[in-house]
Amino acid sequence: MVDVTPADAVPPAEVAEMELYHPHSWWTKYVFSQDAKVIAVQYSATAMAIGLVALMLSWLMRLQLGFPGTFDFITPEAYYQFITMHGMIMVIYLLTALFLGGFGNYLIPLMVGARDMVFPYVNMLSYWVYLLAVLVLVSSFFAPGGPTGAGWTLYPPQAIMTGTPGGQDWGIILMLSSLILFIIGFTMGGLNYVVTVLQGRTRGMTLMRLPLTVWGIFTATVMALLAFPALFVACVMMLLDRLLGTSFFMPAIVEMGEQLQHNGGSPILFQHLFWFFGHPEVYIVALPAFGIVSDLISTHARKNIFGYRMMVWAIIAIGALSFVVWAHHMYVSGMNPYFGFFFATTTLIIAVPTAIKVYNWVLTLWRGDIHLTIPMLFALAFIVTFVNGGLTGLFLGNVVVDVPLSDTMFVVAHFHMVMGVAPILVIFGAIYHWYPKVTGRMLDETLGRFHFWITFLGAYLIFFPMHYLGLMGVPRRYAELTDMNIMTESAHHLNSFISIMAFIVGFAQMVFLFNLIWSIRHGREAGGNPWRATTLEWQTPETPPAHGNFGKELPIVYRWAYDYSVPGAKEDFIPQNVPGSFGPSREPA
Amino acid sequence: MAIVLVLVLIVVGSVLFHLLSPWWWTPIASNWDYIDNTITISFWITGIVFAAVVLFMAYCVFRFRHREGNRAAYQPENRRLESWLMIATAAGVTALLVPGLFVWSRFVNVPGEAADIEVVAQQWQWSFRLPGKDGKLGTSDTRIVSAENPLGIVPGDPNGQDDVVVEAADLHLPVGKPVKVLLRSIDVLHDFYIPEFRAKMDMIPGSVTYFWFTPTRTGTFQVLCAELCGQGHPLMHGVVMVDTEQDYLAWLGQQQTFAQLSAPQQTGAATQPSEKTMASSLDVAAKLETLEAR
Repeated sequence: MVDVTPADAVPPAEVAEMELYHPHSWWTKYVFSQDAKVIAVQYSATAMAIGLVALMLSWLMRLQLGFPGTFDFITPEAYYQFITMHGMIMVIYLLTALFLGGFGNYLIPLMVGARDMVFPYVNMLSYWVYLLAVLVLVSSFFAPGGPTGAGWTLYPPQAIMTGTPGGQDWGIILMLSSLILFIIGFTMGGLNYVVTVLQGRTRGMTLMRLPLTVWGIFTATVMALLAFPALFVACVMMLLDRLLGTSFFMPAIVEMGEQLQHNGGSPILFQHLFWFFGHPEVYIVALPAFGIVSDLISTHARKNIFGYRMMVWAIIAIGALSFVVWAHHMYVSGMNPYFGFFFATTTLIIAVPTAIKVYNWVLTLWRGDIHLTIPMLFALAFIVTFVNGGLTGLFLGNVVVDVPLSDTMFVVAHFHMVMGVAPILVIFGAIYHWYPKVTGRMLDETLGRFHFWITFLGAYLIFFPMHYLGLMGVPRRYAELTDMNIMTESAHHLNSFISIMAFIVGFAQMVFLFNLIWSIRHGREAGGNPWRATTLEWQTPETPPAHGNFGKELPIVYRWAYDYSVPGAKEDFIPQNVPGSFGPSREPA
Repeated sequence: MAIVLVLVLIVVGSVLFHLLSPWWWTPIASNWDYIDNTITISFWITGIVFAAVVLFMAYCVFRFRHREGNRAAYQPENRRLESWLMIATAAGVTALLVPGLFVWSRFVNVPGEAADIEVVAQQWQWSFRLPGKDGKLGTSDTRIVSAENPLGIVPGDPNGQDDVVVEAADLHLPVGKPVKVLLRSIDVLHDFYIPEFRAKMDMIPGSVTYFWFTPTRTGTFQVLCAELCGQGHPLMHGVVMVDTEQDYLAWLGQQQTFAQLSAPQQTGAATQPSEKTMASSLDVAAKLETLEAR
């Protein structure tokens, strides 16, 4: 593990460097830029802007759930449009885009020691197609009939029928079109990320020296490239059902007394396609978070990540296993119930590599030198929420336990905790961590701590009690919880409490946005390597890094990414591009 | 240092919330207390893991927080420790999975003596069908659903003639008798869910799905739809009454069979109540209004 390349044993460059396309004007530098770092900022800004819409939508739905009957404009129709758009935006247009398009673009070339992505032009196109997808999505708010209210899972037949908002209007058409565009755009970016990691690494940067951030984003991208096609065909088929009257997903149906012109299709086929994408999607969001949080913990605890090789293999194992667990979303879907035995087993097996990652994060803290910086605080909060949400996953993955809990608020609480709150806490930690590299300035510390405490505690108070509503049997996706025998008075109070917490947590995000903008000009000067980190992005000659990242000479990598507190070394970190070994033998114990 | 205190409080608070809060599952009314037991096991195992991880983390932050002159240890790996943790985790997971799969095999294997009943869902109401004296449900087909034959029972099938049809009304079940619930939908996905019975299953247009249970106490139970089925989803309530054998038979005696319902109306077609003709337009708003009124 602690292999350090002697300075005279660095392999020669295999190919000569190619000249990058250099921008000629303001437009090609900042708008139609081929620089991955600019594209990263564009992706991130767009994702956060649309994420803000999703946040507002969550407030609206919490208004309805917390204070039923108070707000007349929130009809059931509107409520279902809110939840659908909230879910889809958060999962696809915010989390996927921000982790892969945002962090992937910024960090991959810098961390592997490349001047840019390998296909910069395609990379630029990726962003513009993504932007188009977002605009098509947003346009559905203004289309006749409004956006689709089919739930983010878009299950047919209801998704394209009259009883669902947007089903026979523009909503579902725009939703499906937007997803198709998103997948096209993502594929262009995704190919870039994969090829750059495989082919664009600098000399000495072996795969087993990559920072875990790159491992996480790389594996997630490979998964996304394999999983999104399933969603793509599902979208195309549903569009055909809706527009041309085919019957891929539509059996014979009597809709409110009228026979529809469909026959012989299979609604459950859509669910298989959707979840063959949808479950890997959970890890497409989680793996980059796993990778990033590993680097945050290691850097801010001044200690090498514990069990690096195991961490890499765990990422790969989780990625592979996540393709054989999809039907755990369908235990009560009416599929052959005997599938339950298989999918419950595979699902619970995934808990083992996932638990190893948790142990290794915590063991990295053990005998560390823990600096309670804001990124570290977010990393600790991530572990709490991820462990909590991961453990409730063991309830839902265990087929028979899922029977009473599925389609209840327990599920909502679980997936928000594990793939909403936990990855977003990592995103925040990562932004506080890398903002100085992107802008050259630190984010404001006081505002940051305020943001951290409200977000962490507030989110926990929202989603932890919510599990118990589900345990009572309160179903999810209910626009009204009135006239329901199981809803006690106190359960309504709990809902009001959750709503109030949601408004407070949402408000804290405004403070964060203010901090992001304010600190661009007024933040403290950061210098090149404020966290004293080892990875290559902190070793650039300029901060923010210029186009081409590394000045005249590409860095040469001599060691892994985690040489913190090496015995015998003067500093408590040795950057990857520093040759020479220090101190006594450092064989693994 | 606040974070150490908060981490400890999260563990203590979560455990206290779990033990003391008033929000807990509804009193069970079916044989699926096995499922409740599996949930209890899950709470124990996951609760212990959660507390252990978070408290250990709190200890680490407290003990190894940065102080002037501190330096972290250098320990890239510890194969033994990693192996032990993996084995312990696998053991914990097995302890969850094995009882779970055991109960699942009960769930999917319907006992032979279970009586068939059918639930038919449509936007946004529940109808029911009982097999009648022959104990067999007649075949059905969504393509022949009409105002006169709302459940799409095939008229040519002799098994269907004595089927008891309960359209958009309450279902009664005898206590203590296992039932196999056959689930059907004529429009979109629905899910037949009664919190007190624990069991639930989606209904899929074009397929027949099932689950089984034995009602263990008499009472009136609310049916909820647990799969998003359009705007009327939250209003799609129904009622299942679990009766003593006598009460059940009394109720059954008042129900009409498919043959009775589809016999030519001697009293004249003109006086056929207008509510019996199904709304021919797809008027969602009107449908929702009638639901709200109920």
